Amino acid sequence: MSDPVPPRVRVTGPERRRAPVRRTAAIDSESRLGTVYVGSLLQEQGWLAVRVLVLLAVGVGAWPLLFHLVPSLADVDLLGLPLAWLVVGVLVYPYLLLLGWIYVRRAERNERAFTDLVEDRER
Amino acid sequence: MTLDAAPGIVAVALVTVATLAIGTWGLRFSRTTSDFFVASRSVNPRLNATAIGGEYLSAASFLGVAGLLLTFGADMLWYPVGWTAGYLVLLVLVAAPLRRSGAYTLPDFAEARLGSQGVRRLCSLLVVAIGWLYLFPQFQGAGLTLRATVGAPAWLGPLIVGAIVLAGVTSGGMRSITFVQAFQYWLKLTALLLPAAVLLAVWAGDGRPRAAVHDAAWSLPLADGGGQGLYLTYSLIAATFLGTMGLPHVVVRFYTNPDGGAARRTTLVVLALLGLFYLVPPVYGALGRVYADDLEGRSDVLVLELPRLMVDGGPGHVLTGLVVAGAFAAFLSTSSGLAIAVAGVLSQDVVGRRGRLDGVAAFRLAAVVAVAVPCVVAVGLPDVSVARAVGLAFAVAASTFCPLLLLGIWWRRLTDVGAVLGLVVGFVGSGTAVVWTLADGGGSGWGAALLTQPAAWSVPLAFAAMVLGSLATPQRVPAHTGRFLVRLHAPEALPLQR
Repeated sequence: MSDPVPPRVRVTGPERRRAPVRRTAAIDSESRLGTVYVGSLLQEQGWLAVRVLVLLAVGVGAWPLLFHLVPSLADVDLLGLPLAWLVVGVLVYPYLLLLGWIYVRRAERNERAFTDLVEDRER
Repeated sequence: MTLDAAPGIVAVALVTVATLAIGTWGLRFSRTTSDFFVASRSVNPRLNATAIGGEYLSAASFLGVAGLLLTFGADMLWYPVGWTAGYLVLLVLVAAPLRRSGAYTLPDFAEARLGSQGVRRLCSLLVVAIGWLYLFPQFQGAGLTLRATVGAPAWLGPLIVGAIVLAGVTSGGMRSITFVQAFQYWLKLTALLLPAAVLLAVWAGDGRPRAAVHDAAWSLPLADGGGQGLYLTYSLIAATFLGTMGLPHVVVRFYTNPDGGAARRTTLVVLALLGLFYLVPPVYGALGRVYADDLEGRSDVLVLELPRLMVDGGPGHVLTGLVVAGAFAAFLSTSSGLAIAVAGVLSQDVVGRRGRLDGVAAFRLAAVVAVAVPCVVAVGLPDVSVARAVGLAFAVAASTFCPLLLLGIWWRRLTDVGAVLGLVVGFVGSGTAVVWTLADGGGSGWGAALLTQPAAWSVPLAFAAMVLGSLATPQRVPAHTGRFLVRLHAPEALPLQR
């Protein structure tokens, strides 16, 4: 007879990011302090969103109005392309990507600041 | 069958085989109901973003945009710009909170936020309506492509695409479709970019000829007709910028992210991938002005015809095969994503409710319904411009789910009554425009302009109805609103009771 069958072992992965239990009770219980915290985060993120959307409206949304008011722009050629095709067909995309990149950086920074603020209070 | 048909047939066959093969390979990772619906929420941002790009770039992007640019000029550039900028709006207002809400679908979000079965059912109805409105032009586009390249009857395209989509969706669900769609993004980009580069070289070799006719309107990023043109352009911008977040297949994709931060980074990569792709269709539109001026009226086939018109013989056939492959990938991926989204909602709220079927069986049955209905509609209904029809789906999404998501995520005082009121007003408003357009509405003047592009009035109307309805019923603000908003906006690093 060969070796005895080894006993069954339950294979599990290491536990992922087990958070130490902290007292975030102020936020969970919707106390006045918690409401102020969350209100400030919401406002911060909301304003960030508004600022990015304003940049979107000015940098991208204003072009139809501009061409409507100054129709002669249609005859302008830049780099061998009509201005409209250069701006709305090409340059818009890097601009959108730039706005998105700025937003993600700022939003993550706001969240880190919020996390630090809340956890600081608890220590 | 002529020799001309060969590249098309080969391309369609290859894409089909590749799609089914990758789907089967992905099947090995697909085990549970959660895999089926959301790939168990463990797809990394780059793969997820490529899958989103693959799913999002539909027939309208691949074929429709170039054709519209050829016919109408620079004002049609707003379609691709809006389809990309929609993701920026989604990123800054919706992406992370939506993922943190922990819901599967839009109806799930509505129910969790408002605690109302009524709102949930209404949202389910809307998801199915928008999904079908988006699906039928994909199937029509498939018919168009096969007719133009292979000479097949128009009903064959919808049938083939429908069958392949069903096979992929019912066998592997979301997990395997993620790999398929990531592959299809790169296929679509290659299939559009490579021929474009060759055609540009041919154009340069011909001595860079200019279009025979020069009219200023073609380089004006604005629809014709003074004030009406301005209205049409801005209404299109409103529909596409705000509609993206309300599309069922886009939203489902966000639940496959591990957390809110990943949802943001995924969206950022999507912005880059879409921007890269949308640089190419204008090349076809512009070259079409020089080489394919007689195509107007059948402009949806511009991308398919241009290589053959510009390059003779074997190389022309190879390029044609390539664009047909890309177009076919576009139908397959977008239809798959939509079919999953619609089937997910149908199986949860209609089929599954009967209680006799388990999760996966209910999903499969729902998928059959989700695909069959628009397939039949596509065969029965007259041709509508692909990008036009898709644009209407955006208008409906912008008039219904956009207010619900924005107010649900950012406004404490939203109530179920307000939500229902806003959804109904937005749906009736934009739906009227859809029916009018599909019934071949024509004519000119402000009435026609308002119905051609409804978003500029139907979106504010829906917002107003939702806000006023909520303010009128302050006693119905759900008790858990504060806690729910905390969950949406607080970073995951914070150990809250979730």
